[in-house]
Amino acid sequence: MKKAEENIFKVFMIIAALIIIGLLLFILGTIILKGVPALSWNMITKLPGGGFYLGREGGVLNAIVGSLYVIAGAVAISIVISLPLVMYINFYLPHKSPLAGIVRFSFDILLGVPSIVYGAFGFALMIFLGMRASLAGGIITVAMLITPIMMRSFDEATKLMPRDLPDSLLSLGSTKYEMIKVIMRQLMPGFVTAALLATGRGIGDAATVLFTAGYTDNLPGSLSQPAATLPLSIFFQLGSPVAEVQNRAYASALILTFLILILSFAARYFSSKFSRNRL
Amino acid sequence: MHRLRSIKERSARWFMRIIAYCSILFLIIIGIALFVKAFPAIKNNGLWELLTSARWRPSGGKFGFLPFIISTLYVSAIAIAIALPLSLLTAIYLNSYASKGIRRFFAPVIDLLSGIPPVIYGVWGTITIVPFIANYIAPHFSGQSSGYSVMAGGIVLAVMIIPLLVGLLVEIFNSIPKEMTDASFSLGATKLQTVKRVILRRSLPGIVAVTVLSVSRAFGETMAVLMVCGNSTLMPHSLLDACYPIPALIANNYGEMLSIPGYESALMLAAFLLFVIVFLFNGISRLTLNHLEKRFHF
Repeated sequence: MKKAEENIFKVFMIIAALIIIGLLLFILGTIILKGVPALSWNMITKLPGGGFYLGREGGVLNAIVGSLYVIAGAVAISIVISLPLVMYINFYLPHKSPLAGIVRFSFDILLGVPSIVYGAFGFALMIFLGMRASLAGGIITVAMLITPIMMRSFDEATKLMPRDLPDSLLSLGSTKYEMIKVIMRQLMPGFVTAALLATGRGIGDAATVLFTAGYTDNLPGSLSQPAATLPLSIFFQLGSPVAEVQNRAYASALILTFLILILSFAARYFSSKFSRNRL
Repeated sequence: MHRLRSIKERSARWFMRIIAYCSILFLIIIGIALFVKAFPAIKNNGLWELLTSARWRPSGGKFGFLPFIISTLYVSAIAIAIALPLSLLTAIYLNSYASKGIRRFFAPVIDLLSGIPPVIYGVWGTITIVPFIANYIAPHFSGQSSGYSVMAGGIVLAVMIIPLLVGLLVEIFNSIPKEMTDASFSLGATKLQTVKRVILRRSLPGIVAVTVLSVSRAFGETMAVLMVCGNSTLMPHSLLDACYPIPALIANNYGEMLSIPGYESALMLAAFLLFVIVFLFNGISRLTLNHLEKRFHF
């Protein structure tokens, strides 16, 4: 009787686990099956031509480049904030300092704030500053979204680091600032993993850039011009009644998925070099 | 030489300290900014009226959020109802039954699922879930449905929160000291008994906290839900009706909101409500989780 109960439970668990693996394969399979036939070299290398949204020729280079610009700017800002912050709460503040606890807690909450709220806040901020939808607006808003991700992930990696090296550096008379320069080398894999995670999240998010980065068929020439982004390009193309344009949405979705897969595997590679398995 | 070192050290320290304080302030600034923007709507219509009225006519100055609030609750409830049992079973399996090889295989699966962008989930939902509901499920019930519905939103959302749930649940189960489960085994308990009486019981507060966390994630999810929900401002009456969760409402109307008086403020109120709910839910569950972590690692 007990044995039977145990076995039934086990079957349920294995079914649940298989469903989750199946879902991943189902999603990736759908995107690949729909995307590959519509994918062409022109999609990746051409800007939208005249009549692009009626199904005529062109590609989504504007969105690919725009997304890369936005994410590069956002990651740069995010590094400038999270790197000093993580060093400060881990090495400057005393162990179990309440300030460190408050900083971590507020970033945990920021981590949960939905991207649409950042989008709305970024939009309000831009109106307040008199800015229009632009590359700069997109960069700032995406930076808000990904900084908590980068900070918390890098912080977790830093917390795991053994304290022998920092302690011996300090005992040799180095200042804390000099010590950080040395131990950054050891923290590098954790830092790269955090940056890649944040990049993946930022590049795929549509709700933050919807209000703030705008959309254009051209490449952004300066920070004050609007920039197209890949997720928005997928969203707009999918909403079109023209079948050709919808197919291009699938191809764009495949491009985005491919980027995310590369980032995800790179992050996993760096973190496996660094720490014990997370699951 | 010595002075230069000391100056560098002190300026670095100050720079870092400023960033630390600013980052705490940032959370408060978001809240205040959204509230200031939302205030005109509250003043003109009254908060109670806004939250309980179902009349949504922006051009007539009527902003009743009830259909959107109900939609958000429906969609999130379905998502949790699907995702929680699946995630619990999988997390228990990974924690107490699976071999090391399976565990190692599962880590990237969860990583990838959580890394897929919302818009891709949306594309997947419109290609597969929406037509499935329209062609196979709806005909058995009321008959007519485009497939863009509460149910489609709930299913897509469920898939999106599964990786979050499984990841956090596994972490909680793993934090239970091995001595406890070993003690249970040594008393002759079977694996299932140990899972039920030790692991699940010990981690109940954690399970609740993680569930609350994923509910708040579901509340705020925008793009995927927007793409499969149908976006009708009418009150949804069944699972097969179109609905319009709050984040989708904000995202869909950003173009028009500046041209109609009071519209922008009403949408900012929606964002403010989301922010407050997420703040509370996240705050409570994070405090619970931090407390649990402290209890087990001493």
